[in-house]
Amino acid sequence: MDYANLIQQLTILVLAAFIGFEVISKVPQTLHTPLMSATNAIHGIVIVGALIVAGAASQGTVQVILGTLAVFFGALNVVGGFVVTDRMLEMFKKKPAKNEETA
Amino acid sequence: MLSLPFASTLVAESTTQNIINVAYLVAIILFVVGLKKLTSPTTARQGNFIAGIGMFIALVATLFMENIVTYEWIILGTVLGAPIGFISARKVKMTAMPEMVALFNGVGGGAIALIALSEYFVWTDGNVGVTTDVEVASLLSLIIGSISFWGSIVAFLKLSERIKGSPIALPGQQFINGLLLLGAVGLAAFLLLSTGMDPYMLTVAIAVLAGVLGIFFVLPIGGADMPVVISTLNAMTGLAAAAAGFALGNNALIVGGMIVGASGTILTNLMAVAMNRTIAGVLFGSFGSSGGGGGADAGEGPQGTVKSTDAASAAILMAYAQNVIVVPGYGLAVAQAQHTVREMADELEEKGVSVKYAIHPVAGRMPGHMNVLLAEADVPYDQLVEMEDINPEFERADVAIVIGANDVTNPAAKNNEASPIYGMPILEVDHANNVIVLKRGMASGYAGIENELFYLDQTQMLFGDAKDSLSEIVQELKNV
Repeated sequence: MDYANLIQQLTILVLAAFIGFEVISKVPQTLHTPLMSATNAIHGIVIVGALIVAGAASQGTVQVILGTLAVFFGALNVVGGFVVTDRMLEMFKKKPAKNEETA
Repeated sequence: MLSLPFASTLVAESTTQNIINVAYLVAIILFVVGLKKLTSPTTARQGNFIAGIGMFIALVATLFMENIVTYEWIILGTVLGAPIGFISARKVKMTAMPEMVALFNGVGGGAIALIALSEYFVWTDGNVGVTTDVEVASLLSLIIGSISFWGSIVAFLKLSERIKGSPIALPGQQFINGLLLLGAVGLAAFLLLSTGMDPYMLTVAIAVLAGVLGIFFVLPIGGADMPVVISTLNAMTGLAAAAAGFALGNNALIVGGMIVGASGTILTNLMAVAMNRTIAGVLFGSFGSSGGGGGADAGEGPQGTVKSTDAASAAILMAYAQNVIVVPGYGLAVAQAQHTVREMADELEEKGVSVKYAIHPVAGRMPGHMNVLLAEADVPYDQLVEMEDINPEFERADVAIVIGANDVTNPAAKNNEASPIYGMPILEVDHANNVIVLKRGMASGYAGIENELFYLDQTQMLFGDAKDSLSEIVQELKNV
């Protein structure tokens, strides 16, 4: 087992967890759904793994089916996730400044 | 060595690989910057776009990997998946957003499980020896990914009302779930320790056990607990992706997955706090069973009579008010009444009435559900006020109009220690001078508890479909 490599990856994991907690802990309630939807899109990064599996050389039929299905799911996840988040955020509008109360 | 496309430690150091890793680093930076921008409504859309660019860079870079030699299956999967994702994301109704989010979450988990299965089959067929850490990571991603996939599918079916939304539980459910988890983990350990076992059989068996666990895990949870479930499943898919990152030796997956795991955990916790329940309480004890004392024997129950009103009186009451607070709940989404609410608010504002919306953190079926719903109806987000900020304002409100919300307004949460929802933070609607409650009938809320709010002196009930009632109010307002 390559411990050096494993420890390096664990370091990255822990730091990523801290970044995640730090960046997201201040999100207002208004954005809970878009945030969740955007993080949904980001875990679509699994499509990278799907590409590696589906693009590997010398595969049997089972691997081809599994790999293709994984790419299918991953593409659905990434494209759908980002597009639906954009659609949601497009709707979030501030009250126009010409409001009577701003006198 | 040449037939080892997966094991991280064995990926040859090459210029191409270095460039790809730099591309991943750029992608990670863009993810973090994008998420940071997602924490403010003014920059959120830009943030999502930036994260999207990061994803695009990571994907393109991956295609140049030396282990990727065949493209036909990649193209086939993408050509099928991308348009379906795009079209369903464009077409989905805003009221159907919770199930869409659940579905996209699920397919991510499914992809992870499939990747893990595929890895195992390649290792077996190629007679490839992999190190224990890679194998452990792969098995973890298989188990968590399968739970997340099947759990999300059940959540999707529940939210879209293709199956019953209310809790469905077998006797001894938690015991069965424990056995399933033990089975999946046990088989995984067996696979790790034994040599010469048939991994085809074992990995599929692990995936099946974890999948059944995912189904059983979500089935007993329903209704108002859905926000907790959805954010838990979101966190799980993230963690599964991070595990897959270890298995593939891919930093983009580790970081991307872990950030999602962190954000999902934060949201899960926020949701549980907003219901004054522990995460474990929501996930492992369904409301119906743990609150056995719910419903009937929850103390003496509210006494007195309920006053009903009609649209005309409600309209007059609000038209002559100064401050009106709208309290939306899941019923608003069910009745698809968000546009009608907005029309009513427009009419009121034209008459100089100040209108605000009081949003409980767990109103609806996913975190922030009401905000998205009202945003669709062009309600400006600065009119939507969070619970802590709006509660002091109820005292000054002439009218609070409750639309399809129930348990989150029940004063029993504050003053009845015998109530199953005692201690849950609520919107203090009972402090308003007048309360109008739009409701179909006198049925109790998700928790199965009578709402004392309905029996207060200042409360009037407007029975009927929320959308119809609101339309009538809008008509009446036009005549005032």
